This record gives sequence, structure tokens and C-alpha cells, in this order.
Amino acid sequence: MADLKVNLAGIQSPNPFWLASAPPTNTGDQIMRAFDAGWGGAVWKTLGEPIVNVSSRYSTVDMNGQKMMGLNNIELITDRPLHVNLREVAEVKKRYPKHAVVVSLMVESKREKWHEIVKATEGAGADGLELNFGCPHGMSERGMGSAVGQVPDYACQITSWVKEVAKTPVIVKLTPNVTDVVYPARAARKGGADAVSLINTINSITGVDLDTFTPRPDVGGRSAHGGYCGPAVKPIALNMVSSVAKDGEVKLPISGIGGIASWRDAAEFMLLGCTTVQVCTAVMHYGFRIVEDMIDGLSNYLDDKGFRSVNEIIGRSLPSVSRWEELDLNYKIVARVDQSKCIGCGICYAACTDGAHQSIAARPEHGRTHVEIVESTCVGCNLCSLVCPVDSCISMVRVDTGRPPLTWKQFQEDPSAHKHLGPHNAH
Amino acid sequence: MESSNPFPELKPALAIDQALSEASRCLYCYDAPCTRACPTHIDVPAFIKKIATGNLRGSARTILQSNVLGASCARVCPTEVLCEGACVMHDVQKKPIQIGQLQRYATDWAMSHGMKPFEPGPRRAGRVAIIGAGPAGLACAAELLRLGYEPQIFDAAATPGGLNTTGVAEYKMTSEFALREVGWLVEAGVKIKSGVRIGVDVQLADLERQFDAVFIGVGLGKVGKLGIPGEELDGVVEAIEFIEALKVRRAQARIGRHVVVIGGGNTSIDVVTQARALGADEVTLVYRRSADEMPAYKHEVELARASGCRFVYQAAPLRIVGRERVEAILLSPMLMGAPDASGRRRPEPAPGEPLTIDCDMVVAATGQEKHLALLEMLPNVKLDHGRVLVDERTMQTSNPRYFAGGDCVSGGQEVVNAVAEGKRAAVGIAAHIEALGGGVRLEVARG
Ligand SMILES: Cc1cc2nc3c(=O)[nH]c(=O)nc-3n(C[C@H](O)[C@H](O)[C@H](O)COP(=O)(O)OP(=O)(O)OC[C@H]3O[C@@H](n4cnc5c(N)ncnc54)[C@H](O)[C@@H]3O)c2cc1C
Ligand SMILES: Cc1cc2nc3c(=O)[nH]c(=O)nc-3n(C[C@H](O)[C@H](O)[C@H](O)COP(=O)(O)O)c2cc1C
Ligand code: SF4
Ligand code: SF4
Ligand code: SF4
Repeated sequence: MADLKVNLAGIQSPNPFWLASAPPTNTGDQIMRAFDAGWGGAVWKTLGEPIVNVSSRYSTVDMNGQKMMGLNNIELITDRPLHVNLREVAEVKKRYPKHAVVVSLMVESKREKWHEIVKATEGAGADGLELNFGCPHGMSERGMGSAVGQVPDYACQITSWVKEVAKTPVIVKLTPNVTDVVYPARAARKGGADAVSLINTINSITGVDLDTFTPRPDVGGRSAHGGYCGPAVKPIALNMVSSVAKDGEVKLPISGIGGIASWRDAAEFMLLGCTTVQVCTAVMHYGFRIVEDMIDGLSNYLDDKGFRSVNEIIGRSLPSVSRWEELDLNYKIVARVDQSKCIGCGICYAACTDGAHQSIAARPEHGRTHVEIVESTCVGCNLCSLVCPVDSCISMVRVDTGRPPLTWKQFQEDPSAHKHLGPHNAH
Repeated sequence: MESSNPFPELKPALAIDQALSEASRCLYCYDAPCTRACPTHIDVPAFIKKIATGNLRGSARTILQSNVLGASCARVCPTEVLCEGACVMHDVQKKPIQIGQLQRYATDWAMSHGMKPFEPGPRRAGRVAIIGAGPAGLACAAELLRLGYEPQIFDAAATPGGLNTTGVAEYKMTSEFALREVGWLVEAGVKIKSGVRIGVDVQLADLERQFDAVFIGVGLGKVGKLGIPGEELDGVVEAIEFIEALKVRRAQARIGRHVVVIGGGNTSIDVVTQARALGADEVTLVYRRSADEMPAYKHEVELARASGCRFVYQAAPLRIVGRERVEAILLSPMLMGAPDASGRRRPEPAPGEPLTIDCDMVVAATGQEKHLALLEMLPNVKLDHGRVLVDERTMQTSNPRYFAGGDCVSGGQEVVNAVAEGKRAAVGIAAHIEALGGGVRLEVARG
């Protein structure tokens, strides 16, 4: 069985699966139950100044009967007293010395406040600190959370204050509510961070109640924007993770967060450069027990692929993440329908005719719709194969254009290369 | 026990979460096969999609526009061989979308939320007499109103609805519901005179004087005589009356302990299942051909089997015996001979002893008779073996003022076919009236 142990900037963990700082890590009792279930680490629910919460706090995006495709919340940081949390941190650490206990922090942008809480937290025995520069609601109105994460100078400043006193590794948690996440990541590095984690939640309104006209969640007839997470945000998170991982200046270990619900999601984050992954929504949906299959599935995957350690997959997909201008313009595929599998639903026809390149012919045959690909005009966009409800009924097959590989970049450098462009992309 | 309903619904209504998850399973096919398979061509993916988005008003409207009896069809259609039978889900080894159940969900909503089944169109001159308030006549009337004309239905029975009210198995749809649906149409403008037998109480000539066109939707009659000795004995009944009694006058419905049902169609299955539900200890279905040739739908036969019915194939009734009441029936074993005109092998009496089955009730369900008394009175309307001949596109008969649809044309199909034909006839009638320069009977009728 492959070795799942990881080390994020000096924080040891029996496996890469951590709980993200959120309701599942609200109390020591929860975290200990999570460790018993198999979680390798936990980032404690953010500690800071006392706050008050509202009710209700959550709302979701459901799709086609599938609940919680996206989850939105307007909850603030912990609402439990600091000394209670720290006492529990100490207890957890004593009982689970091999697990990673990281504590998330957020206080006013004052040097002494940060010094104070860092010392107290490390005194309780935390293995590391995570600076919450990401919370996009409520706390940001008070100049904390994403209000810090959105201004690289502030992020750098506060990170350096923390580093003045911190003895354990410092992770900076980034907000996705920026135009380019690489800039705050670079600022964290400049401030001395040992690692970054991303993404925090995305500014969101999940919907409006069409009877009361109040957006959700409804707090006595009013609502405020919240932070969005869950399966819906995974593609956004993956892109942000990869751009930070590929950046030539950041060069920090990454803890990936955003829509992770299975070992597959975790593997994808790791392939794009994460050392650990953090989970919130999936646990809020199904409980701690989901980690069993995450561990089991990832181990089996690593074994099947012949990897001895999970560390071997970290960043493995990064070389193939390239710029558009580096893609081969002469690589061509077209759609092919396996008529023996086609059920004649006609969905590919409607999709291609109205939404793509009018390259599917349809006609009634024996009371069913018979479809055929017009290969001469098919641009190989994938759409039909994506909408087809039958597994592997439409496949995208390579066709040899007889032309040498040619990228846009090469084309820009040598305009005479246009003679190598195929008719399908020569306009 | 006495007061509990012996006919619980076979398919209870979907709850909202069931409806939503079932609706979201639909693939939203393009040029969908389910729509093609529905005789009224309801835009199935469109109405299902509307359920999924919570647009129940739009969903119901989509259904009712194509099929004004969408609520009863949702309950009584043999969806297994119609829309659901054509659903592409079969091809991916998944259960077909429960189209009937979703249709019920949307139309139930419509009926309980003050929606109208249809909106009458701007008035045009033209009066149409409709004979029969069954599905064909009702659909024809609703469509004529939508097109702006003035239909008037006459029905011989005390209650409207035709076989929807008196024939369809009670566990699919109750008489109460059928009447509620008719009431819904009446509220929207459909006019029905019940208890009027055309040809007896009112003559065709009277109709011709008052109406621009006549639609015939009289359906079929009762099951014909078996033509065997002993038929007059107490306890020998005919299926249509038997079913009507148990549906409409349930309290008076009498059921034997051992019931023998003669016939292999869907009607005999309905008799079997309902006789069992009413408390018959034993029910035996007797069919003269083999199991393979039985015309009843496979899914219906399964219902009968599940109810504990015994099947006796290749046997024909010979004689019913008893003093005053039925005591037994004698059956002649049959042999399957050469194929007849229908392509099925013709049953012929086989040598050997007759089979005797003790019973205290015999129900004949061997096929309904035609309303020949009326049909043969229709001026210049051609019949074929008692069925009214029509032009399939317009449902016009050989007499241009007469149109027809439903069981009296088809010889016995489904409610949904009757609806489709009634509606098509309305369009045909409108074209006929307009071709003559508009209706002329309006004034006469009012004057
Ligand atoms: C026992 C049984 C069960 C069935 N179950 C189903 C089922 O589950 N699903 C399904 O889809 N179909 C079923 N059917 C078939 C379905 O009921 C018929 O196809 C449908 O009702 C035909 O409609 P219609 O309007 O042509 O005739 P009908 O429903 O028969 O209506 C004819 C009307 O005309 C009236 N009438 C007749 N003569 C005159 C006259 N001289 N003057 C005035 N009025 C007259 C009658 O009173 C009656 O109301 C069943 C049929 C039977 C017999
Ligand atoms: C294949 C594809 C190509 C797109 N190209 C453009 C584009 O060229 N310019 C643009 O402004 N938006 C483009 N968009 C974005 C859409 O206009 C739209 O903003 C986006 O898809 C979100 O809307 P929707 O998901 O609700 O459809 C594109 C979207 C897709 C899916
Ligand atoms: S790949 Fe794109 S262009 Fe080609 S047939 Fe499919 S949808 Fe049309
Ligand atoms: S989407 Fe797939 S199954 Fe449907 S018609 Fe196209 S190829 Fe056939
Ligand atoms: S065939 Fe089935 S899946 Fe397709 S539209 Fe009809 S009900 Fe939906």
C-alpha cells in the first residue's frame, strides 16, 4: 500500500486529508471524532475577537434533485470563548500527537493583537497557524478577512507581523475574490509565509425567494451576500491552485481547498500542486465518515498507478498546464457516433445545431431520431459527446491532418507558417 | 372492513419530491419518441421540464392544449405500450420516465388551483350537435369551443363521461374523479344534456335542423350474448353492466364466490381483478385461444395473475347449468386451426369430454356490440362491420355533415385515442363549416 504521509512546510500529517477551518472543526470533540474516523489533520475554526452570529446562516444551490451543489454561508468566525478553544486545542494535541492540528486566526489589523493570539495559540500546542485572509462576508466589513486578502500590501504586512513571533509554520489562506490570486500569494511569500492555502469562499447570493422577494438565506426579511463553496466551486479552485503552483515567484507548498468531496477530487488538487487538501462542505453534507473512501480510494489509485508515495503525484500535471498560445493548432479530432449505442434522443443534434457548428444531421427512422456527424464541418469542440446521455456513445477521434504541429506562438513568430494551417482554422 | 375501499389506487399520486426527481430524470429529448407515441402528441419533454422548473401552470397548459382529458388519461392510459413504452430510457436499461404519473401531478395541480382546462375562443357562427359525452365527444366539444363554435352534447346515460365514468377499472380512476373532470369541462363552457337518447328521444332530423354539423361519439354497447343454453340463469351477467354496477352503484354490486370470466381482452382482466377485490374467493378466466394470442396487454395479464386468477386457455363456453342460479359452466376444449382473416389461428372444437367448472357467477366479456340501431339510422353514413367509416385526417363520414370518432369508429381502443379523434374531428368540422361560408343554424336555434 502506498505511503500517504505528507509534510506541509514542516507540518507532519498521516495523510493529506484535512478538515478545513469551518463548522466541522468548531470543537475539540468534533476534531477528535474526525481523527478517529481517519482524517489526518484539522484546521481549527478561526479564532479571534468575540462575535455574534445570525440565524439563518446557510443557503444552497441544488441541481436536478441533487442537493448542495453549492453552499453559501454568512457565518462569522468562532462564537466560542478563546480560552475554551485553546484548552481544547491542548487536549486534542495531547491525545492525538501524530495528527496535524493547525489553528486558524483572524484579529484586527494591529501588530500587538496578532502577536498576542499567535503566542497564545502556539502555547496551547498547535502544529501550525493559518491566517484567515479570506472570509468574504461580515468580517471583511470590519477590515478583516478578505479585506486583508484583497490588498497584497496588507497581506504582506500582517504575515510579517505574525512571522516576527511565530515558531510554527504559517499558512496564509487566500481569498478567491480577486482578479488574480497570484498577487496576494506573492505578497504572502514576501511577508514570510511558509505555505498558502486556497480557496476560501467566493462572494455569492445563491438565489432569491420568489414569494417573499428576499434573497437566501433570509434573516428576518433581509439577507447579505455570503461565501460560496461546495462542488460548484471546484473548477475555480483548481484553476487558482494551478496558477499559484506554476507561478515563478510564489514557490510555496499549497494546501488545496474548494469542492473536494472524494479521493478523485483530492487527487486532482494534488496533481495540480497541493500537498494537503482541506474539506468542509462534503463533511457538512455527509459527516466525517467520507474520509474512509477518500483514504481507501486514493491508496488503491496510487497502487494501481504504481506510485509508492502520495508525494509522487504532487504537481505531476503541472507541466501539461500551458498557455493557450502553446497549444497545437493542427491537432484535430472529430465526433463519431456508435450507432449501436445511440438511443435516438436527439440531444446532440439540438446542441450542435443551435449551440455549436451545425455538424449533426438528424432524420426520423423507425420512430426514432437517427443522427449522423458531418465530419467535414465538425470542429471537434466536444459538445455533442458532453451532452450525450449514453456512456461512450459519442467518442472524439483523432484525425490526421497531415500537417506538422504548429502553435499560435510559432505562428506569431513566423507568419509564413500559415501555409501549415488546416482549412478548419485558416480564417 | 365493509366500509374500506376495495379498490385502492394501483398507482398513488406522486409527492412533490418524487415528482421533481422523476421530472429531472427526463433527458428532454429532441423530437421525442414519447411525444410521437402519444396519440394526442402531448409535448412530453416540455411539460416534464416545466414540472422540474416549478412551472406547474405552464406544464398543465402544455398537456391540456394537446389533450383536454389529460387528467383522466394520466390515470387510465396504458402508458406501458404508449409514451412510456417509447421512452429512450429503455435503451439504456433504465426505468422509463413515469410520464403518466407526472402528467397526473401537473393536471391534479391545475384542477386544484382554479385553472381552466381550456379557454373558449372568440365566437364564430356554427352549432354542432355531439352525440355522446364520452371521451371522444368531450374532446370534440372542448376543441370546438376553443375554436369559437357552439357545441351541444347529448348523452343517453344518466351521468356523463362515457366509459371513463362507467367502465375504466376503479383502481385506475374512480367514477367520482371522472365526473369531477367532466364538471371541470362543463364549468369552462361544455354543455351536456344527459338522459337524451338520440334516435329515440330526439330524432336525427331535429339535429339537422338545429345544427350545422353532427359528431358521433357513441362508443360501443354492451357485450353481446354468448348464445349458449343457460344464459338466462340468475348469476350470468355481461361485463359492461357488471363493471358499471360496481363502479357507480357499488353498494348493490353482487359478487359470486367463484366467478368465471369469459374472454381474453383487457375488459375481462378488469372484471377479474375487480371481482377479486370485491371478495370473490376464486376467479377463473376462460379464453378460447392460447395464451400467446390473448389480446390483453401483458402488463394487464400480470395484474390478473398477481390477483390470484386462474387461466383456462383453449376452452369455449358450451352450456351453463343450474336450477335458478348458475351452478356450473361446461367448456369445450379447443384446437388451434388454420389462421383466419386476423392472422390468428382459428379455434375449433376439439374432440373430448367437456370441462366442467363449478361457479356461482359467469361474466361475459367477449367483446362489445355496436350501436347498430342508431348507426344504421344515420343518413348516407357508410359503415364497415358496424364501424363508422371516416376520412382519418378530418374524421368526416361519407355524409359531409356527419363526423365521428372514438370507439364507434375504431371498434374499441383507448381513451386517449378517442380524445385525439374527437379533437381532430373538431378541426375537421371547423373547416367544413368555414368552407360553407360559416354556420347558419345560429339564428334558427335562438329563434
Ligand atoms: C371495461 C373497460 C375498461 C376500459 N379501460 C380502459 C383503460 O383503462 N384505459 C383506456 O385508455 N381505455 C380503457 N377502455 C376503453 C375506453 O373506455 C374507450 O376507448 C373510450 O371510453 C371510448 O370513448 P368514446 O367517447 O368513443 O365512447 P364511450 O366512452 O363509450 O362514450 C360513449 C357515450 O355515448 C353515449 N351514447 C351512446 N349511444 C347514444 C345515443 N344514441 N344517444 C346519446 N348518447 C349515446 C353513451 O351513453 C356514452 O356516454 C376501457 C373500456 C372498457 C369497456
Ligand atoms: C464556449 C463559450 C464561449 C464563450 N465566449 C465568450 C466570448 O467570446 N465573449 C464573452 O464575453 N463571453 C463569452 N462566453 C461567456 C458567456 O457570454 C457567459 O458570460 C457565460 O457563459 C456565463 O453565462 P451562462 O453560464 O449563464 O451561460 C463564452 C461562454 C462559453 C460557454
Ligand atoms: S464536436 Fe462540436 S462541431 Fe463536432 S459534431 Fe460535435 S458539437 Fe458539432
Ligand atoms: S445524444 Fe447520443 S444517444 Fe442521443 S441521439 Fe445523439 S448520439 Fe444518440
Ligand atoms: S423519451 Fe423519455 S427521456 Fe426522452 S423526452 Fe420522452 S420521457 Fe423524457
